[in-house]
Amino acid sequence: MTPLLSVRDVRKTYGNRIGCTNVNFDLYPGEVMGIVGESGSGKSTLLNCLAGHQALDQGEVHFDTRVDGMRDTIKMSEPERRMLLRTDWAFVHQNARDGLRMSVSAGGNVGERLMAVGDRHYGNIRDKAIDWLDRVEIAEDRVDDRPSDFSGGMQQRLQIARNLVTGPRLVFMDEPTGGLDVSVQARLLDLLRGLVREMELSAIIVTHDLAVVRLLADRLMVMKSGHVVESGLTDQVLDDPQHPYTQLLVSSVLQA
Amino acid sequence: MSDYNFAYLDEQTKRMIRRAILKGVAIPGYQVPFASREMPMPYGWGTGGVQVTAACLTPDDTLKVIDQGADDTTNAVSIRKFFENTADVAVTGQTSEASIIQTRHRIPEHPLTEDQILVYQVPIPEPLRFLEPRETETRKMHALEEYGLMHVKLYEDIARHGHIATAYAYPVKVEDRYVMDPSPIPKFDNPKLESPAIQLFGAGREQRIYAVPPFTKVVSLDFEDHPFEPARAEHECDLCGADHTYLDEVIIDDNGGRMFVCSDTDYCETRQSAGHRGKFSPKENAA
Repeated sequence: MTPLLSVRDVRKTYGNRIGCTNVNFDLYPGEVMGIVGESGSGKSTLLNCLAGHQALDQGEVHFDTRVDGMRDTIKMSEPERRMLLRTDWAFVHQNARDGLRMSVSAGGNVGERLMAVGDRHYGNIRDKAIDWLDRVEIAEDRVDDRPSDFSGGMQQRLQIARNLVTGPRLVFMDEPTGGLDVSVQARLLDLLRGLVREMELSAIIVTHDLAVVRLLADRLMVMKSGHVVESGLTDQVLDDPQHPYTQLLVSSVLQA
Repeated sequence: MSDYNFAYLDEQTKRMIRRAILKGVAIPGYQVPFASREMPMPYGWGTGGVQVTAACLTPDDTLKVIDQGADDTTNAVSIRKFFENTADVAVTGQTSEASIIQTRHRIPEHPLTEDQILVYQVPIPEPLRFLEPRETETRKMHALEEYGLMHVKLYEDIARHGHIATAYAYPVKVEDRYVMDPSPIPKFDNPKLESPAIQLFGAGREQRIYAVPPFTKVVSLDFEDHPFEPARAEHECDLCGADHTYLDEVIIDDNGGRMFVCSDTDYCETRQSAGHRGKFSPKENAA
């Protein structure tokens, strides 16, 4: 089985400081990988580098494209990479405001990716937008409301709908549940888990919340100071942590 | 003759502007940056159009200046005076007699010919601006032909109003490549953008020049199920009776009385002198 995403020797530095270094992993179709670590451990840097939002200093990020098979996305031309970003890839920001157009209605937000890939039939775009709003539990009568009128949880669900409408194969998520209260978090996680299974999505989820990865991720990578200190199956890493930092991380979680 | 250099601008500046114009004509719809000069009029009064006109003008030209279709409003009068003073060129109100026409917000009703240049005054040349505020990003979107966002604006129109409510500055795609803002002309004029005349667009404050060469394909953007429709008021001109022109609505009393008149004053007057009459025309020899 060929991996969907193959990351080799990725390194990103900010001057003398290490953002992340020596990162290697393969992600297989339908697999969800979590990246955990404390603030400043380089997990967001790594995600931004993989998604092409930041230039990296060294390394290769191969993606199994639909047409040409494995391609190094770092060496791709910009039009190709941007095309990938709005078709096969999706990026869910921690703050929904970064990923949404706040002055455009919910339907327009969901429809934007469809129109970006050439859909020019208003009725179809609107039907798909309403269908997706329904799938993320937003009522149909909110389709013409602006995201600024939505609650934080709704904004986050709208952002997810907007990203998944073109049927991407790989989703990058940066703290998708950050800043939401626990009951809303739980619903969002439930929704995400359903969508990931149903669409057979592959995903890379960056979070500091171990409960999130426990629920969603098949595999786990633990980062500290820009280095990957431990990786393996989620349950294995969380239940039997080997590295001192992972042990600290796991023992820091309050048992409710 | 005054003490100004011909057409106000110095020769080096005109040369720089002509280069931008040539580049614009070579790449239809592409916004060419140019070093816009400060002109003796405020931004928003046609500083871009004036510079383009100045760079195109020759002593043999006949100039016409239109402001919202009219030849006798402030903007038109002051720009026409400006070139009379600084270039000593002949001026006219008649579309058919002009070799260069500078316009604000209208395309003349009278069909243009291959011998004419139409210069538009443009306030905001970037059609994507209100959706994407970053210039770096909009330039990239033009370069990579990523125009999905333009349809988001039209989508919003339909979602909110039930139809495409954009009535002026209606975005067009030029020669299947660049999406262009045709300046704030009514969408009624959009079909006339495919013209035998050279069309030049000057934005002074934003420092951009772009062009539509003669006989270039210009398509107004739309959806398959909401096609583009050039809109006009469902009336006849009350002065010349025309039912195919773009009309201005004029309030005439405090009791809701109104009249509709051609926005193109030259066209309306030509029709009237040819004997066409509307509802409010003076009665002939009524005595």
